[in-house]
Amino acid sequence: MPLCSRYAAAAFTHAGASRTELRPGTRRRQTLQPGSTVQSPHLNSVAPAAGPTADRVLRVTNLGKHYPGVLAVDRISFAVRRREVVGLLGPNGAGKTTTINMILGVLSPSTGSIRIAGIDLARQRARALAQANFSAVYATLPGNLTVAQNLRFFGLVYNVPRLRARVATLLEEFDLQALQHTKCGVLSSGEQTRVALAKAMLNHPSLLLLDEPTASLDPAAARTIRARIRALAANNSCGILWTSHNMYEVEEVCDRVLFLSRGRILLAGDPRQLPRLHGVATLEELFIRLAREPLSVHAEHAG
Amino acid sequence: MKPRPVAGVLLRQFYLLRGSPVRSLPLFAWVAIDIVVWGFITRYLNSMSAGRFNYIPSLLGAVLMWDFFTRIMQGVSTAFLEDVWSRNFLNLFAAPLTLGEYITGLVITSIATSTVGLIVMLVLAMTVFGLSFFALGIVLIPFLLTLFCFGIALGILASALVLRLGPASEWLVWPLPALLSPFVGVFYPLSTLPRWMQAVGHLLPPAYVFQGMRAVLAHRPFSATSLAAGGAIALLDIVLAGYFFARVFRHAVRTGLLARYSAESTG
Repeated sequence: MPLCSRYAAAAFTHAGASRTELRPGTRRRQTLQPGSTVQSPHLNSVAPAAGPTADRVLRVTNLGKHYPGVLAVDRISFAVRRREVVGLLGPNGAGKTTTINMILGVLSPSTGSIRIAGIDLARQRARALAQANFSAVYATLPGNLTVAQNLRFFGLVYNVPRLRARVATLLEEFDLQALQHTKCGVLSSGEQTRVALAKAMLNHPSLLLLDEPTASLDPAAARTIRARIRALAANNSCGILWTSHNMYEVEEVCDRVLFLSRGRILLAGDPRQLPRLHGVATLEELFIRLAREPLSVHAEHAG
Repeated sequence: MKPRPVAGVLLRQFYLLRGSPVRSLPLFAWVAIDIVVWGFITRYLNSMSAGRFNYIPSLLGAVLMWDFFTRIMQGVSTAFLEDVWSRNFLNLFAAPLTLGEYITGLVITSIATSTVGLIVMLVLAMTVFGLSFFALGIVLIPFLLTLFCFGIALGILASALVLRLGPASEWLVWPLPALLSPFVGVFYPLSTLPRWMQAVGHLLPPAYVFQGMRAVLAHRPFSATSLAAGGAIALLDIVLAGYFFARVFRHAVRTGLLARYSAESTG
């Protein structure tokens, strides 16, 4: 079955390497699918959609992270463009959060490079990070500060100009005016998510990283947040890298998805087309299949 | 170095202090208690010596200066620990905040908080116990500056230790000044100590300050060179502590410790 994704040229991993056991000298094989509209010459890489290079807000090249005996991320390459929402999917331990942490500069890569809005993160860390922001369910804002205090504090840290006006705008945009003097620690999950997103938008980021932004939200709140994030991508011209375990949400929000398994990009493409291309009914089924039998998917495409 | 991120670190601490009186209390409560206890001890000793020796400047003055040093050190480490307690590292260091800006923010926070402590101590010691602190004269400035610099260095070192060893190592931070106090001769000359302790003492800048203070109070010749050596060691300690912090930070970024830093994960 041809992998005929609009964006992707997927490459598949070597069979012998596992996340818990890194065998030196193992070789990778690449399978470029006939019919892929964009193909990358690199292994384990996904070429970005056609468009000007200046549109790329994130360019990850041969990004790898290994710990003694553990290969967490294995030389992946991909890009995110402005106004694009890219889903980074994969089972627990696939390397999603490791990848995001490297892009955020809190974890140094073992190999490869990261460019945010064209700025090399390794060489100009502060300049590159000034172009990005993030929200993650595991990185809550200090609970002992109020909503407005947190926004002012991070606004200064991100060196946001005309901060007072910016905070006022965000409080309004995210319906936080009534909560501005409430300490973040006593907010509900949905309210905390809104505050975290407001913080993530403080500096008008070119790149927004959202690690499970709707986890622990009720369906109504999650729907509102999804709509807001889509609007953010469209109106603020930022690119978004999104991780989620909710495949329904991924289909709704993401223009493109990257499936990670054992630190490698296993599959990439349009989340609405990928299931059909792989003979399954839903993205969730495809996810489960990839999570359980990544090598069978590899064999299917290699064959 | 941009001033606004530094101001952000400072503003955060200001919000914490303003929002929680419990946090403001330690700024002056413990040092005030120290001054009161030692004030009465010196008053008692003065009455016992029947005017032959005035213990107030040598004992109460030394307590005041030692507490100032302790407050400076704890000012840095407490501000750092606020980020540990609220698991704020990911938010902070995924931002365009440089290590230099962060540490500068911690140091300015410490200056602000320890100034409050110093003022409270001075008011108490001078008004209640009659300490003529400023009688030490112009040398007070290098004395306090040396203690300030070493307090900053020790605060940065303590923060680096917590970053490296995890939140549970917080208990290591608080007794650090007490651990050093026997070696620096706060209340007695270094010559009182065994040789090996004297050798250690000579590596510690406060030893030069307290030796100098006793010399001034006793109207003995005062060695400016010796005090300059103390000041130089304190400056060197700041550089070394900053270097150590940077190395620990790089290690934390390389190993993933920073990304997963929390009480649970680093125990």
